[in-house]
Amino acid sequence: MTATVTPARRVRSKLFGATAFYLLGVIVAMAIVFSIIRPDAFPTFANSRNILTDVSILLVIAVGTTYVMVAAGFDLSVGSVLVFAGVMGAKVMAATGGEGWTTVVIGLVVALISGVVWGVFNGVCITVFKVPALITTLGSMGAALGIARLITNGNDIRTVPLSMIKFSVAEFLGLPWIVWIAAVVAVVGGVVLHVTRFGRRTYVIGSNDEAARRGGVNVNAHLIKLYALSGLCAGFAGFLSLVRFSTTTITGHSTDALQVITGVVLGGTSLFGGIGTVAGTVVGMFVSAVLNNGLIVIDVEPFWQEVAIGFILIVAVYIDQRRRRRRSRA
Amino acid sequence: MGVLFEARGLIKRYGHVEALGGADFTLNEGEVVALIGDNGAGKSTLVKCMSGVESPDEGELLLRGTPITMASPSDARKHGIETVYQDLALAPELGPAENTYIGRELLKPGLMGKLGVLDKKTMRAKAAEAFTSMGTDVKDLDAPVSALSGGQKQSVAICRAVMWASGIVFMDEPTAALGVRQTRNVLKLIRRVAETGVSVVLISHNMTEVLEVADRIEVLRLGKRVARYDAADSNVEQLVGAMTGALDTGDIK
Ligand SMILES: Nc1ncnc2c1ncn2[C@@H]1O[C@H](COP(=O)(O)OP(=O)(O)OP(=O)(O)O)[C@@H](O)[C@H]1O
Ligand SMILES: [Mg+2]
Repeated sequence: MTATVTPARRVRSKLFGATAFYLLGVIVAMAIVFSIIRPDAFPTFANSRNILTDVSILLVIAVGTTYVMVAAGFDLSVGSVLVFAGVMGAKVMAATGGEGWTTVVIGLVVALISGVVWGVFNGVCITVFKVPALITTLGSMGAALGIARLITNGNDIRTVPLSMIKFSVAEFLGLPWIVWIAAVVAVVGGVVLHVTRFGRRTYVIGSNDEAARRGGVNVNAHLIKLYALSGLCAGFAGFLSLVRFSTTTITGHSTDALQVITGVVLGGTSLFGGIGTVAGTVVGMFVSAVLNNGLIVIDVEPFWQEVAIGFILIVAVYIDQRRRRRRSRA
Repeated sequence: MGVLFEARGLIKRYGHVEALGGADFTLNEGEVVALIGDNGAGKSTLVKCMSGVESPDEGELLLRGTPITMASPSDARKHGIETVYQDLALAPELGPAENTYIGRELLKPGLMGKLGVLDKKTMRAKAAEAFTSMGTDVKDLDAPVSALSGGQKQSVAICRAVMWASGIVFMDEPTAALGVRQTRNVLKLIRRVAETGVSVVLISHNMTEVLEVADRIEVLRLGKRVARYDAADSNVEQLVGAMTGALDTGDIK
C-alpha cells in the first residue's frame, strides 16, 4: 500500500493534480520575470484585464476539451467549429435584422446549435463508425472551416447588432462580461465533472471503457454527448468571439485546438484518459496566456510564443507518458 | 435443489476460431460449481456468453427453465447475475469504492439527486462496509486501484460482484493472483455466498482448491462440456484426465 496521504495533499491533488500545482509556481515565476523587465507595463490592472480577456474564449473551449480528454477522446476541430458557429450566428443575425436583444439571442442559439451539430457528427463517426478520433476531428476541422468560407466567400462578416457591440464593452466589477461568462462556464464545468454521475462516468470511460461497458454504461451514447458538449463549448466560444470582436475571425483560429490541448494537458489531464480536472485546465490555460501576454509586453516577437507553446506541449505529454508508465509498472 | 441456470448447445466463433462448439452448462440453486479446462478450452468465453458480455452465435440460455436473452451485462444484472472477469474490468485511475459502483452510482436524495449529483459519502461507507465484512485487506479507499497489489485488485473485483449478486456469481480465476491467506479468504467467501442462496461458478486451474470448495465440477475441453462430477466422489487424477482428454468419461447425462 502507498504511504499515507495528508488531507491537505489530498485536497490539492483532487483539485489540480500534482502537475498543475507546480504550474501555478511557473505562472508566478513568469509573472515575476515579466514584472521585473517591464514594471510599468506588466503588473498593472489594465494588463491583467487583458490577460483575462484573452484567456476567456479559449477557456470556454478548454472546458469541453477537458471532458473529451478525460474520457480518452480527442477533438482537433474546436477552432474551426468556433469559426463555423460564429459565421452561422452572424449570418442569421444579419438575416433577422434589428439591433436588439432578440436578434442577439437568436444568434446565440444558432451558434450553439451549429457547435452541437458538429460535435454530434464527430461523436457518431468516432463511436458508431469507429473512425479514430484524431482522423474524424482532423476531417471536421477542415470541413467546418471550408463550409464557413463557402458561406462567406472567405470574407469576414462585420455586421453585428448594436446591442451586441454595447455588451462587448460593458463591464462588471471592472472586467468585461465575457470574462465573467467564461468563469461561470469553468466553475459549472468543473463542478459537474466532479460531483455528478455524468462526470463520474466520463472518468470511468476514460480509465477503462470496457469496465464501463460491463458496468452497464452506454459508452457510445456517453461519448457522443461528450463530443456534443465539446461542440457546444466551441459554438459558445464562437459567439463570445463575435461579441468581443464584432466580426467573425475566419483566419484567426487555426491554432486554437493546439493551444487548448496544450493547456488541458499541462493542467494535468492525461492523454490516455481517466485523469484531469477543470481547475487544472484553468491553470494550464493561464500558462500560455501569461506567456503570450508577457512576450508582447516585453516586445519579443509574438511568434516566439508559438514556438514556446509547441515545445511546452511536447514536454507536458512527455511528463504524462512517464507518469503513466510508472503507474502501469506499479 | 432445482436447476437455476442452464446453457444449451452454445456456439461462439471468433472469425475462424470456434471458441465454443456446442457447450452445455448446468447450475443448481445455491451450489458452487467449478468450471475447469485447459488453457483455451473456452471457459472465459462461456462465462462471457452467460453474463451478457458476448452473445452466442447459437444455443440457448435458460433461467429457471425460461429461455432468456442477454444483450448486455446490464441485462444479466437485472437477472441477478454478477461476474468477476479474468481481466477484472476495473478502472485503474479510480478508487476501490468508485469501482464498486461503476454504472450503479448512488445519487443524493431530492433535488440534488435529480440533477445527477453523486452521493459519494454513502457509496464510500457502503463499499468500506462490504470490504470489511468480506475480509478483504483494501485499507486505502482513496488510492487509485492502479496503486493496489494484484491481489488487492482482485479482491476489489470480487467484492463488487458479491456485493451486487442476488442469483449467480461467475468468477473467472478469482484466486489467480492471490497469496495463500487471501486465497483461503476467497474460498471461505465463496462458501458463505453459497449459503445465502446465491450460486457460484468458479473457474480455476487449481484442482485442490476446486475439490475443496465446489459441490460439483464441470469440465470443458475444446469448447464442449466433456464431463461432470460430484466433488465428493472425484479426485485430481480424474479431473486432469477429463481436462486433457486422456480419460474419456461418459459421465454426461
Ligand atoms: N476476443 C477473441 N477474439 C478471438 N479469439 C478469441 C477471443 N476470445 C477468445 N478467443 C479464442 O477462443 C478460445 C477460447 O478462449 P477462452 O479465453 O475462452 O479460453 P479459457 O478456457 O478461458 O483459457 P484460459 O484458461 O487461458 O483463461 C481460444 O482459442 C482463444 O484464442
Ligand atoms: Mg480464461
